[in-house]
Amino acid sequence: MPVLRWLVLLGLVGAGTAWVLSGPDPLDPAVVEGLTGDAEAGKAVFIASGCASCHVAPGAVADPDFPILAGGQAFVTAFGTFRAPNISSDISVGIGGWTDADVLNAVMRGVSPQGAHYYPAFPYDAYAKATAQDMVDLVAYLRTLPGDPTVSQPNDVGFPFSIRRAVGLWKWMYRSDDWVVSDAATPEIERGRYLVEALGHCGECHTPRTALGGLDRDNWLAGAANPNGEGRIPGITPTALGWSAGEIAYYLESGFTPDFDTAGGEMVAVIRNTSRLTPEDRAAIAAYLLALPAGG
Amino acid sequence: MPKAIRFISLSLVAALAAGIAMAQSTPEELSAAVEARQAHMKAYGGAMRVLGQMAQGEVAYDAAAATEAATRLAELSAIDQSGFWLPGTEAGAVGESEALPALFENLEDYTVRTAALNAAAVAMQTAAATDLDALRAAMGPLGGSCGACHELYRQPN
Repeated sequence: MPVLRWLVLLGLVGAGTAWVLSGPDPLDPAVVEGLTGDAEAGKAVFIASGCASCHVAPGAVADPDFPILAGGQAFVTAFGTFRAPNISSDISVGIGGWTDADVLNAVMRGVSPQGAHYYPAFPYDAYAKATAQDMVDLVAYLRTLPGDPTVSQPNDVGFPFSIRRAVGLWKWMYRSDDWVVSDAATPEIERGRYLVEALGHCGECHTPRTALGGLDRDNWLAGAANPNGEGRIPGITPTALGWSAGEIAYYLESGFTPDFDTAGGEMVAVIRNTSRLTPEDRAAIAAYLLALPAGG
Repeated sequence: MPKAIRFISLSLVAALAAGIAMAQSTPEELSAAVEARQAHMKAYGGAMRVLGQMAQGEVAYDAAAATEAATRLAELSAIDQSGFWLPGTEAGAVGESEALPALFENLEDYTVRTAALNAAAVAMQTAAATDLDALRAAMGPLGGSCGACHELYRQPN
């Protein structure tokens, strides 16, 4: 039965390839060498990255200066329910015992200190585009925050998504280190791109996803089904939004739309962060959004 | 046996009230409730626009106009809004509705948050009559009271 033997061999090769492709891809430890974290600068990165929005306890509003990152918020998605973990500085149940490289590996590669994949509900694909210095600063700030003894709750994910190793294949299919907007015409747009595509991870909700949950980069920020419940997340391309730079910046500062309606749902927590950015950064986000392709 | 009669009549009243609460609203009543509350929210927005444009410096500060807008907000937020939130008018059940089911399960909390909006609007009445800096300072709590409800009870937007 040579045919059967060939099929078995092909199957083994396929399985081997999948195994290799699904392996974790940790960060080169050299990336953090020689970098020293600055907690004050890290606080600004923390705010721009929206860490507190997901990692404070359910129903809690983050203290602006000392948020308690106890975890526990549930994100109910088509793939299962994901629960944000405790990332407080507690040594045993938080991340107080992690090295800089451990945290950067988690945040920028989606790989745990034990080498397991995190699910992409954690927007490491966006954070991968951050600078190593910003991330090291972020770690320094996280270490100044209080510890919390709440034990992280497990995700509730059914087969086949429960196979963590398969997240490696997802990363291989969908992760990209390239900017979506490859040409930033001005330094302001470039800064806006950094805030929107990397730290702010706006695409996670405002960009539609494929059937397997990858971001559809061809419809970048064009609006999407709510990944965490009913309704739709609006598009924020120039055509979809139709707001001026000043109107976008004022919305990010105050939560008021040009019609003096206000943000709703998860966007309220986002505004809580963007209201604390510098006016220059809010203007940069507006400049970037207005420079997006008109379609969508 | 007056005690028993009183008990029976109380039970009847309770049953009747429950019956009214349980009664199915007609589709017209449901969409009227959605329209009414959205018009109410738009009225908030109209008054907020007056204050917001002054805060932004797009329109010159005018104490009388600002006070009038703040007074409108205070009056609107003092109105009993229990009729807005008929069971069966949550998002998904009626077209146009953006109200999350959580709102209908927490109507008491909604009332508390509306009272907070009212307090912020009353504070704005004083601020609006004072000067532009006071108006600007009062915008934060006022906008925050909108967001405090929308965060929990409105679909993301």
